[in-house]
Amino acid sequence: MAKKGIETAVGLFVLLGLLAFLFVALKAANLTSFGRGDSYTVTARFDNIGGLKTRAPVRSAGVVVGRITSISLDAKTYQGVVTMEIERAYQFPKDTSAKILTAGLLGDQYVGLEPGGEVDNLAPGTTIKQTQSAVVLENLIGQFLFNKAADAGGAAPDNASKKP
Amino acid sequence: MNFIQGLGAGTLSILRAWGHAAIFFVGLMRVLPQAMRRFGLVITQIHAIGNRSLVIILASGLAVGFVLALQMYYALVTYGAAESLGLVVNLSLVRELGPVVTALLFAGRAGTSLTAEIGLMKAGEQLAAMELMAIDPRARVLAPRFLGGVISMPLLAILFSAIGILGAWVVAVGLIGIDAGNFWSIQQNKVDFWRDVVNGVIKSAVFGVVCTFVALYQGYETQATPEGVAYATTRTVVVSSLAVLAMDFILTALMFSTP
Repeated sequence: MAKKGIETAVGLFVLLGLLAFLFVALKAANLTSFGRGDSYTVTARFDNIGGLKTRAPVRSAGVVVGRITSISLDAKTYQGVVTMEIERAYQFPKDTSAKILTAGLLGDQYVGLEPGGEVDNLAPGTTIKQTQSAVVLENLIGQFLFNKAADAGGAAPDNASKKP
Repeated sequence: MNFIQGLGAGTLSILRAWGHAAIFFVGLMRVLPQAMRRFGLVITQIHAIGNRSLVIILASGLAVGFVLALQMYYALVTYGAAESLGLVVNLSLVRELGPVVTALLFAGRAGTSLTAEIGLMKAGEQLAAMELMAIDPRARVLAPRFLGGVISMPLLAILFSAIGILGAWVVAVGLIGIDAGNFWSIQQNKVDFWRDVVNGVIKSAVFGVVCTFVALYQGYETQATPEGVAYATTRTVVVSSLAVLAMDFILTALMFSTP
């Protein structure tokens, strides 16, 4: 009788442990989000990928349709080559353009796909032709300061000539 | 000359201790199949090691979850990132605190009792009596306990993480007022099943092997006196805690070094 009690207690313990594992896997981790297999691979070349990372989402109209699987540098053109997996359920026209966007002001970067108007769809393994690089904040600020300085520089000689 | 001799003697004694432990480990591995065949013994040990540790593990996990949520909130709210509270608690529990704290508690709760039990068996010459009856005490006494510890430890660790996350949920959603949907969805977005959860489970399995082995070894090799058993029990806690912390660093470096 005591043996049966112990066995039941151990069974409950193991069951509880497995439930906890399931809870962590399903409720507190991403096991439910789509797995591998039902997806196709597309690449895109960017002049600058900014802070894009592997496993970042690929979105279209804000909806996650895939993930970035690898990022590398093309040694000839010095462009960043971004490979992404897109769910097979989502097919995009051939002239789809890819942009690197940022979620919020300081959020993570992701690839946004904007579908074009062609009839043919992107075939697996092809490259997206039209791309827009990530906006690098430093470049933006630099450009802004440069413009400011140029404006000020244009006005300065005028002021100088007026008060000798 | 004396110094050099001392250095040599020290090195040799360390090597001897390691070699002895390694041979003991291999011997234990050899008799594991025999214990598998008598699984009833293993179940009794899971009950003694796992079930009996459940209360302290769950209570600690809940407390750690509560406190972690409160403390992390304090830091995160400064950056307007309070919504990520669940994520931070989840990652720290699943990747680090779950396996490590459980292993430390396990060494204190289950390891010591294993060492004391086997040490007293040895002191009472029960192990020698078994050998006289042609029963291998390693197969009959050590192997079921080893399996019991190795099976219990990952279960306890994942329970610790799960109850900790639930504790954080209670504090975050109930006390602080973070949106429950955000609390879960941010975790689901960022916590990777294979990289974070499975690696955490692997960690806890390794710690289970380390803690149980240290406890059994210390008990089996104890001096058969009351002082010897007391010393062995202390050694169990010290050695397994240090081993867990050292292994944790190595495993973390191996598992999580690449982003």
